[in-house]
Amino acid sequence: MTTVSQAAPVQVQPARAVPTKVRTSPLVQIAIYGLLFFLCFTWLFPLYWMVSTALKNDPQVYTIPPVWLPDPMFWNNFVDGWARYDFNTAAINSVFRYSLPVTVLTVISSYIVAYGFAKITWRGQGFFFGLCIATMMLPWQVTMVPLFIIFKNLGWINSPLYLPLTLPALFGHPYFIFLLRQFFRTIPEELSEAARIEGASEWTILWSIILPLSKPAVAVVVLFRFLWSWNDYLGPLIYLNKDDLYPLALGIWRLQRTATSTGNTALAYPHLMAVSTIVALPVIIAFILAQRTFIEGISLTGLKG
Amino acid sequence: MAATTVPRRSMTRSERHNQILGLLFISPWLIGFLFLAVIPLLASIYYSMTNYDFIREAQFIGLTNYRRLFTIDPDFWKVMYNTFYYVLIGVPIGAGMAFLIANLLNSDVKGRVIYRSIIYIPSIVPAVCTAMVWLFLLNTQYGAINGTLKSLEWPTIPFLSNPDMSKPSLIIIYIWTQGAAVVIFLAAIQDVPRSLYEAATVDGANAWHKFWNVTVPLTTPVILFNLIMGFITAFQEFTLPWLLTSGGPMKSTEFYVVNLYRNAFVQLSMGKASAMAWILFLIIIVFSLVLFATSARWVYYGGEK
Repeated sequence: MTTVSQAAPVQVQPARAVPTKVRTSPLVQIAIYGLLFFLCFTWLFPLYWMVSTALKNDPQVYTIPPVWLPDPMFWNNFVDGWARYDFNTAAINSVFRYSLPVTVLTVISSYIVAYGFAKITWRGQGFFFGLCIATMMLPWQVTMVPLFIIFKNLGWINSPLYLPLTLPALFGHPYFIFLLRQFFRTIPEELSEAARIEGASEWTILWSIILPLSKPAVAVVVLFRFLWSWNDYLGPLIYLNKDDLYPLALGIWRLQRTATSTGNTALAYPHLMAVSTIVALPVIIAFILAQRTFIEGISLTGLKG
Repeated sequence: MAATTVPRRSMTRSERHNQILGLLFISPWLIGFLFLAVIPLLASIYYSMTNYDFIREAQFIGLTNYRRLFTIDPDFWKVMYNTFYYVLIGVPIGAGMAFLIANLLNSDVKGRVIYRSIIYIPSIVPAVCTAMVWLFLLNTQYGAINGTLKSLEWPTIPFLSNPDMSKPSLIIIYIWTQGAAVVIFLAAIQDVPRSLYEAATVDGANAWHKFWNVTVPLTTPVILFNLIMGFITAFQEFTLPWLLTSGGPMKSTEFYVVNLYRNAFVQLSMGKASAMAWILFLIIIVFSLVLFATSARWVYYGGEK
C-alpha cells in the first residue's frame, strides 16, 4: 500500500490528474460520464430520500407514486422529531461521555505506544509489534463475553463515564498504533539524534519535536476515532440500558421502536428521517471540511468508515 | 520478528537504557493486551465449556456446547448458511464493484473529487441512520422503489419481508457502504507507475489489455488485503441486520453475530455464546489462511518473487 517516503510525510495524492495524452474517443467519454452520473445518482439517492422524507407530512409520505420533492416542506419536523425523544441529552452523552474521552485517550496512548515501536531501538520490538498487529484480526466477539462479565462484576454496566467503552482507550488502539508508527518512520532519524546529543530525553523529543511534525497523522486518528464512537451502536447497546445515558445511536433506535413497532404513529417516518439527518450531518460536514485527512487515513491503512 | 533471535550478548549501558525505555513506552498497549485480550481469551475458552447465565454459578460441561451447536441446535446450521451466503456473495461482489468504480474514477474525467466524495460518504454515515433510511426506502408499501412500481401497476418487491429477498437486499445495502474500498483501490491504482502504461501503449495494448495486464496485477496486494478485511468484517455483520430485520423474516437474516448476540444478551447463554465466538474465530483464521495460501498464485509482489 502507499508507504510514503517523501520528506513531507502522509501526502497522499489528492486525486491527481492523469496527464494522458492518449485521446479517448468522444463515445467512450460519453459512456464514462454516463456511468459516473448513474453511479453518483444511485449512491446519492438514499441520502436524498432521507432528507426529502424528513420534510414531508404524513399524506405526502403515504402517497403513490412517491412524492419526490415535498411541497410544501415541513421544516418543523426537525424540531419536533428532535423533541420526540430526549435527543439533547443523547447528543451530550454522545459527545461528552463517549466520543470526546475515547478520542483524547486513544490519541495520547496510541501516540506514546507508536513512538516506542518506531523511534526507540530495543530487543523484541518486532515481535511485540507483530503481536499488536495480530490483535487487529481478533474478532471482538471472542473477548466480548468475558469482558462483559468482568465489567458487570465491577459494576460498570450503566456507568455514567461509559467506563467499559472509554477505559480500553487508555491502552492504545492497534489500528492507530500501526498508522502512527508507519508515519513516525518517515520522520528523519537525524532530528531525534540531534536532540539526543543536546541532552533531550525521549519524552521531550516525543512532545516537542515529533508531535509538531505529526499533526496530519494525529488528525487522522482524531477524526476516525471520533467518527467510530459517534457511529457506534453495539458498544452502547451492550453496556448501557438506561434511557438517560443513551447516546444518539441508541436514541434513534429507541425512537424507531416507539414510533413504528405497534403500527406507525403520526409522522413516524418524517421524524425518524429528520433525526437521522441531524445525526449524519456532522459526519458529512466533517468529511467535506477534512476531506484530505479522511482520504489519507483510508489510503494509508485501509481504515473503514 | 528477527530482533528476538539476534545472538545474545550483554547490552551496553545505552542499549539497556533503550530497552527499558522502549518497554516503558509500549507498556500501555502491553497492559491492555494482557487484560483486554489474553486473559479474556483464556477466560472465553473456559466459559465456552460451561453453562453460565449470570444467575447460577458457571458449571463446567466440557465440550457439550460445541457438540450441541453442531448436532442438535435448531438454528446453528441455518445461521451458518445465512452468514456464508452473505459473506461469499456480498464480499466478492462488493470488492469487484468497488474495484470497477475505482478504475472508472481513475479515467480522465473532470470532477473526480466530487464523484469520489459521493461514493465515499455513505460508508461513514452512522449505521443506525443507514438502517432507518433503507428501512423506509425498501418499504413494501410506500418505499421509493415499491411506491413507483405500484403507481405503474407492476408487482412490488418484498425486499425485507420475503425470506428469499432479505439477504440480497442486505447485500445491496452492503455494496452501498463500500466507498472506503473504492478510495483504497483508487489510491492503489494511482500508485501504478505511469511508465508501465506508456510501455504498454508503445507495445500497442488497448485499454482492456492495460486494465487486465497492468492495473490488475499491480494492485493484487491491495485486493488481497481488502478481501481479507472485507471477509472478516462481513462475518461479523451485526448492526444492519439487527436493526433492519432483527434476523427475520423466518430467520433468513439471522447472521452469525446476530445469533451470537441473541444467545449472549437475550437468552443469557454465555457459555453457548462463547463457544460460538470461538467457532467464528476459527472460521476467520482458516478463511484468512486459505486466502493467503492461494495468494501466491494470483498476488503479484513487485520484484520480490
